[in-house]
Amino acid sequence: MNMFGDPAIWLPLAFAGLMGLSILIYVVLDGFDLGVGLLFPFATEAEKDRMVGSIGPFWDANETWLVLAVGLLLVAFPQAHGAILGTLYLPVAVMLIGLILRGVAFEFRAKAPAPRKVMWNHAFFAGSFLTAFSQGVMLGLYIMGLQITAATLAFSVLTGVFLTVAYSFIAAVWLIGKAEGDLQRKAVGWARGGLWGAGLGMAAVSAASPMVSARIWDKWFNWPEVILLAPLPLGSVALVIGLWRLLGRLPAPQDRWCWLPFTGAVGLFVLAFGGLAYSFYPYVVPERLTVFEAAAAPESLFIILIGALVVLPVIIAYSVLAYTVFRGKATDLRYD
Amino acid sequence: MDVLDPLVLSRIQFAANISFHILFPTITIALGWVLVFFKFRFAATGDAAWMRAYFFWVKVFALSFAMGVVSGITMSFQFGTNWPGFMNTVGNIAGPLLAYEVLTAFFLEAAFVGIMLFGYSRVPGWAHTGATVIVALGTTVSAFWIIALNSWMHTPQGFEMRDGVAHATDWAAIVFNPSMPYRLAHMLLASGLTVAFLLLGLSALRRLWGDRSDEVRRTLVTGAVLGASLIPVQIFMGDMHGLNTLEHQPAKVAAMEGNWETGPNTPLLLFALPDEAARENRLELAIPNLASIILTHHADGVVPGLNDFVAEDGTVLHPPVGKVFWSFRVMVGTGLGMLALSWATVLLLRRRGVDGLPTPVLLAAVPMALSGWVATLAGWYTTEIGRQPWLVQGVLTTEAAVGDVAGGMVAGTLIAYLAVYAALMLAYVGAVLHLARKASAQGGPSAPQGPLPLPAE
Repeated sequence: MNMFGDPAIWLPLAFAGLMGLSILIYVVLDGFDLGVGLLFPFATEAEKDRMVGSIGPFWDANETWLVLAVGLLLVAFPQAHGAILGTLYLPVAVMLIGLILRGVAFEFRAKAPAPRKVMWNHAFFAGSFLTAFSQGVMLGLYIMGLQITAATLAFSVLTGVFLTVAYSFIAAVWLIGKAEGDLQRKAVGWARGGLWGAGLGMAAVSAASPMVSARIWDKWFNWPEVILLAPLPLGSVALVIGLWRLLGRLPAPQDRWCWLPFTGAVGLFVLAFGGLAYSFYPYVVPERLTVFEAAAAPESLFIILIGALVVLPVIIAYSVLAYTVFRGKATDLRYD
Repeated sequence: MDVLDPLVLSRIQFAANISFHILFPTITIALGWVLVFFKFRFAATGDAAWMRAYFFWVKVFALSFAMGVVSGITMSFQFGTNWPGFMNTVGNIAGPLLAYEVLTAFFLEAAFVGIMLFGYSRVPGWAHTGATVIVALGTTVSAFWIIALNSWMHTPQGFEMRDGVAHATDWAAIVFNPSMPYRLAHMLLASGLTVAFLLLGLSALRRLWGDRSDEVRRTLVTGAVLGASLIPVQIFMGDMHGLNTLEHQPAKVAAMEGNWETGPNTPLLLFALPDEAARENRLELAIPNLASIILTHHADGVVPGLNDFVAEDGTVLHPPVGKVFWSFRVMVGTGLGMLALSWATVLLLRRRGVDGLPTPVLLAAVPMALSGWVATLAGWYTTEIGRQPWLVQGVLTTEAAVGDVAGGMVAGTLIAYLAVYAALMLAYVGAVLHLARKASAQGGPSAPQGPLPLPAE
């Protein structure tokens, strides 16, 4: 157990990394699921079925990354779990109700009597919105150091709006890959609108976090960090511009580049996430509890790590398998 | 007691969430295997009715699975929002068990359920059957880890306390703790019975609607035979589980029996109103010596009494008596009803066949479609309320684990959850009935039966 040095140092680091990875995968994957729900009001009835068809076989596995992320927080940093979720009690409850509505609306809209379908479409949108917005609020409160004041609440409402827009954006670029014809053309329009919001949101968060915390300011604006970190903001700006120009040319003949916007959006999410992770490390509860202080006992972490290292590659392998089985343009979902 | 006491409200909230949640895994765990059975029967006989049964019940599976997933996620968050003391004290034990559930089961079923539900025309037949088997396996493995953790909370071992925090010393002892094998078997059988009576009850309803299709014949017989074969095993298993509880949690057994004084020749109470203030029962109706005989296999065997579990200063260390006493009786009573219905149905089926089943039997089977839910909930209330005042027996009290969230906030979320759950329950039952009605409209006596869709090659 000691072959890599002090387990009280590297185990918390390994788990912080795993947890970060789970959150990132969740935000990308369930991001487009939730975004599909957010775009529902702008789609026709037939388009709605097609949009649900594009995520139907995946959404459950995508949501499981959230369970893994909160599970890792729970098992690896039990004190932080209590501190964070206790403070975020209300947004967490709203998110859970949102997740419940979104998840069951999938099923009910296809199986309930026809007149109810409209109602479940509304529930699907409402659930997706509550989830996305409350996750953004949580992100905002987290950035603000989990302090609840009028100013932090206002900021977190702003991040709530921005994350909602960002999810709609990644859903739109997902649909550019998954859809054809009118729906694809519509998706390009949605993506152009969403890109503005997502870019503004990233800029707002990047500007606000160093203002709130002197520690974060120092981490970014000291020499030589300011140069070494420059690729993060510069890369983001370049990606936003590149995506904007690309979206102007889509849909292209023979459906070329249809997956390129999605790839770019994932890149944008990765850069944004990387910046946040760098800002907050080594804290798991901002300014209060580091990953080392909050970590569970090494013997417990070690046994989870073994399991995770064996199982995660398998999970990734069969997730890829599931995406491969349902590759190509989306169709309406059928059981037979 | 303050109406906005966060402890009471958090307990009600967790109880509501977990009660709502367990209804759906109870269906999916066994229904996954039943679907595998349908596919194998189809492969063996080529009888299209088995495949039609599959296509109907896989929709019920999909609905139940979604309900289980979303309500399960709620609970993983509530540990943190409402019960931080739980993870702070026993997180080193509970954490790895929960993590293994997510890693080995949750992802597995979530990834393959897509192929199982929507992949029939996209993958070869064997791969679709394989996905169904993997999903069924996933739900069962999930149950294994959750029951391991829950059982550890009843019969903890394989750990040591350091500075008030539990540290694991022996993982095999933690996972295979004394009550775990009994609880797991009891729960898996409960799932099998829930699905058996759901199959039987819903098929009976479709017969009453005039559906004479072969599909419904097959599912009705499957349900009746499954129920009739599992219920005796479950009664035996329940007895073993009770004896195990007697050994490790005597206070729970004392509450189940409504027995106040430790002593021999304890009667079995058929009816009583336990009065905790007076510490006695009112309106007892009892069979002499039977509790002693059941629990010790001797008429003069000693059965523990509740008065042994009161501290010197008067602090009550046993669970609330009336709730445990009556939950237990509801569970046993429902089980006996299941025994009667399933055996009567199987005997009649042997003599007269499906077409000869008398209408009263069909009418009785319809409400019994939900008997598995009633028995499962009553059983969980017996064992979980029976563990109080402990959250982890002898290690952590429920009171010590609750978080300091304001009572008003908990009350608000509790009301919201209850409203959502009530609406979803109505929608779920409505959707299942709608699916059944739609399927029966196509499967009536004169309805044409189209060719079966083919799997991809």
